Amino acid sequence: MSITYLEAIREAQARALADDPRVFIYGQDVGAFGGAFKATKNLAAEFPGRVLDAPISEDAIVGLGVGAAIEGMRPILEMQFADFSTVGFNQIVNQAATLFWRTNLPCPITIRLPFGGTKGGGPFHSQSLEAIYAHYPGLIVMTPATVEDAYSMLLEAVALDDPVIFCEHKLLYYHLKAEQLPTEAFPVGKARIAREGRDMTIVTYSAMVHEALEAAGELALEGWQVEVVDLRTIKPLDTDTVMASVARTGRLLCVGESWPWGGSPPK
Amino acid sequence: MGGLAKEILQGAARGGYSQGMLQTVLQGGAVGEVSPFRDTYLKAFRFMLLARILDEKFASLYRAAKIHGGVFLGRGQEALSVSVGYSLRPGDVFAPLIRDAAGRLAFGEPVLDSVRTYLGSPLGPMRARDGNVHRGRPEAGLLPMISHLGAMISVVNGVLLARRLKQIPGSVGAACVGEGATSTGSFHEALNQAAVEKLPLVLVVANNQYAYSTPTARQFACDSLLDRAQGYGVEGHAVDGTDLEGCLKVLELAVARARAGNGPQLIEASLLRLCGHGEHDTAEYVDAKLKASSLGRDCLKIAEQSALHQGWTNSETIAVWRAEAVQKVEDAVAMVQREAGPDPFEESWQALSTRDLSEGNE
Repeated sequence: MSITYLEAIREAQARALADDPRVFIYGQDVGAFGGAFKATKNLAAEFPGRVLDAPISEDAIVGLGVGAAIEGMRPILEMQFADFSTVGFNQIVNQAATLFWRTNLPCPITIRLPFGGTKGGGPFHSQSLEAIYAHYPGLIVMTPATVEDAYSMLLEAVALDDPVIFCEHKLLYYHLKAEQLPTEAFPVGKARIAREGRDMTIVTYSAMVHEALEAAGELALEGWQVEVVDLRTIKPLDTDTVMASVARTGRLLCVGESWPWGGSPPK
Repeated sequence: MGGLAKEILQGAARGGYSQGMLQTVLQGGAVGEVSPFRDTYLKAFRFMLLARILDEKFASLYRAAKIHGGVFLGRGQEALSVSVGYSLRPGDVFAPLIRDAAGRLAFGEPVLDSVRTYLGSPLGPMRARDGNVHRGRPEAGLLPMISHLGAMISVVNGVLLARRLKQIPGSVGAACVGEGATSTGSFHEALNQAAVEKLPLVLVVANNQYAYSTPTARQFACDSLLDRAQGYGVEGHAVDGTDLEGCLKVLELAVARARAGNGPQLIEASLLRLCGHGEHDTAEYVDAKLKASSLGRDCLKIAEQSALHQGWTNSETIAVWRAEAVQKVEDAVAMVQREAGPDPFEESWQALSTRDLSEGNE
């Protein structure tokens, strides 16, 4: 048996719903239809009344999530595409990201952002917004690169008491597969050495981890040993792992998919 | 509404308010065993009076440069505001806006909460992290507003939906906005959302004729904001916002209908803001004709005259109430002025509750 990145996201949500009565899912087309990408396939039937279709109202979707979190729930909010989260931007950065600072009351919401470039996506279905959200001190930003991380980090996101922007790459949805779901995981906020090397460090995350590994494989044929660091979370940024790697290799290349000016790689 | 004071006290105790503080708000007065509505009216009037005196104190502290940041008053909106706070009961949710001192007090917020917030005391509900009007106690159902107008409505929806998911019946959520907020996308999204989910939301629009300096003619083009109720598929109620009796009755009705499962209720109250947007604003742009019209009546004066006219109380009693309210406010200010201010070097600057993931711990 094998499981895809997308299926892992679906399975993580199923497990979160099964394990914790405070969890519910709210977003456009997530109910009986199962989501635009089928990340919530059959969940509405398996968990009646807890997987709710929302009107096309990203602002009100996030606002409702914050209110539910104040009331002790753990909402998972699906933005159909990361691009559309900008319509809910105010509620994310001003309401959710400041609640704990203002009131000492945590805001345990998970906002899923299907993001990144795929063929034919165009300017409004391809954006990478992780750097924008990472700017805000009240948000955690996760960018899983593997099937295993997609599963375990989504469960961690739901379990955390703070708002998490969960960036899931659409390019990885269908073709990235694993043999089974993980039973253990790296701690949140810790980067992973995806490939060891002594000549150069590539620091990257999400889909670009796989591009970097492929490049490292090609360079190995020419005798270069390239180390690849998978950040896993953009925020917090595991600078310890990055600095330790660069101390070993002496060279650093940062790779990301967002726009270069103010993107995550420059950080 | 008998026993409301007791209910407020119970709710406040449950929500973490100090009972002593609330008792000082509510004690005194000569409430006899006459009509229940007389009792309601006079209690609401006393909250209006206290709110007005509290607001005036803040204005004076602002002019004396004792308050940093803006001061926003509810002058002219007390009748509406108090009716919202008064119509709710313990366990309900309230998202007030900047002109809702009266509603907050009636809902159970202690005078000290506002004084400590305006004066930046770390002992206040916002721990001196947010001054002026953004205070609240979300764990007690009093939601702290953000400045982005209309943004609190969907948050109230979220609390109400969560109650439904947790199978806690009978809660009502009230959100206050001005007519300016009805132009925002947030307002539209949230009212539509509440209608789709048929949530027990009471959305109160104080149409005070100006959003900062912008008159209604530059804000919307429909004859009445209440026309929108039909568009959203919700029940609508109009009320003269200068009339305490009308406001109390319309809020009681709307809250009861929301609680009974009739879905969101939209209220439009017509009144005039009898002050600037904030105390920094001289509001010379307000049309003199509006000031002279019935919209420009001072709801507090009318409520007082009406209570006297009905024979529900007398001038001597009101003078006692006024003096008590002044004393209450002066005592609170004197106490808070002796409290130490925040210490930035002792402050935790972490924005996440998960400390090891916060900035500075990277």
